[in-house]
Amino acid sequence: MAKPGLDGHDRGVKVVARALRDHGMEVIYTGLRQTPEQIAEAAIQEDVDVVGLSILSGAHMTLMPRVVELLRAEGADDIVVVGGGIIPDDDAKELQKAGLYATFGPGTSTEQIIEIIERAVVERRRVEASHDAKKGAAKPASQRK
Amino acid sequence: MPRRGPRSLLHSESRSADLLDGTLRGDRLSAARLITKIENNEAPLDTLRAIHKHSGRAHVIGITGAPGAGKSTLVDKLADHYRKLGKKVGVVCVDPSSPFTGGAILGDRIRMQTRSTDKDVFVRSMGTRGSLGGLARATNDTVKVLDAMGKDVVIVETVGVGQGEVDIVRTADTIVVVLVPGMGDDVQTIKAGIMEIGDVFCVNKADRDGANRTVMEVTQLLEMVMRPDDAWTPLIVQTIAAEDKGVDELITSVTKHFAHLQSSGELAVRRRKRSEAELLEILKSRLVHYVMSEDKMRGRFDTYVDEIARRERDPHEAAARILDEWR
Repeated sequence: MAKPGLDGHDRGVKVVARALRDHGMEVIYTGLRQTPEQIAEAAIQEDVDVVGLSILSGAHMTLMPRVVELLRAEGADDIVVVGGGIIPDDDAKELQKAGLYATFGPGTSTEQIIEIIERAVVERRRVEASHDAKKGAAKPASQRK
Repeated sequence: MPRRGPRSLLHSESRSADLLDGTLRGDRLSAARLITKIENNEAPLDTLRAIHKHSGRAHVIGITGAPGAGKSTLVDKLADHYRKLGKKVGVVCVDPSSPFTGGAILGDRIRMQTRSTDKDVFVRSMGTRGSLGGLARATNDTVKVLDAMGKDVVIVETVGVGQGEVDIVRTADTIVVVLVPGMGDDVQTIKAGIMEIGDVFCVNKADRDGANRTVMEVTQLLEMVMRPDDAWTPLIVQTIAAEDKGVDELITSVTKHFAHLQSSGELAVRRRKRSEAELLEILKSRLVHYVMSEDKMRGRFDTYVDEIARRERDPHEAAARILDEWR
């Protein structure tokens, strides 16, 4: 979870982070006023399944697609990016075209966010597993006797 | 830094052999994905073997201390100063997982912004996932991955510890215990645990009242310990991490300790002890895993648990029976 840009409103991102934690997820919170470069770098090093961006300043059309671009440039385009904030419907459509998996506007429940994140991760793992299987990847150590 | 085109990772890099090659080349994405496999117990044995073989070069520094002592801020500044010395830095930060849901909020990165886009600083956060000694089960192997990817210094930050969480001795060459002034009697209360493992004591937030007193207390505590003449005497350093003060002195002390380890032969002794603990730990977890992976034994286990709870059987006998039956 990260807050790109300059707004200091981190109540929402903390509520969501807490809800995800209580749902059994490991949540890395990077703090306020992050550049897209910092967020992409953190996402790569931490090898996250999902990046959640919270922007309440109105700069979502600039900052959110930039994170997607940076992940693509690093070959980490399988990392799912979602965004939350005051995002008009037209913008939401544009953002999905730009590669965001989903956007969450005001009034979204934490249950909805969890559901969509879980679905995204299941899809991501399935793709990864099918590629592993095709390539004949070695069995995990834990399954060896 | 090698750049791959979009989607290339899905097509090849998720294979463990590629992740290994990438890691040994210093590729961040490969190392990150390999660490995930290690955390999830999915790394193949031959990958782990190669990583082990390519590690042992980095100076591994453990940072431990009470919650709120300033460990993350200190690690941020240490990484920055080591970079100024031309060293490549790896960082592993451990935070507690919830014992109820398994979830965790890993927040150490909030304080680690100074080098957040430096490609030669690699920071990985991890939840303890049930481990109680201040580190996670995967921490040791993660340190090796960072070592094998070419980091000169690997800094391991433990969870905020109280007294007995001293697993860091099984991972680090040099241990820095971070203290803050005003904990008064706490220095006394923790003396049996983490006060025994420090090679360097760092009194952080040294601009606060009572810093000198804390330094004095630690000095006295260390004087009470009997050591052979040629043994290392722990150093005490004062820092104000948030203002970036005293960090060079801390690095000097830590480097001095590592030089002592090397020249005295103590490094080999310590690393052998660590290997012993490491093997024992893996053996324990594998043994439990093997016993419990058989359906028959799993059923027996549950039955015994019920009987123990009803006071019909004692746990020592139950364990002995499980092992007898398993053999």
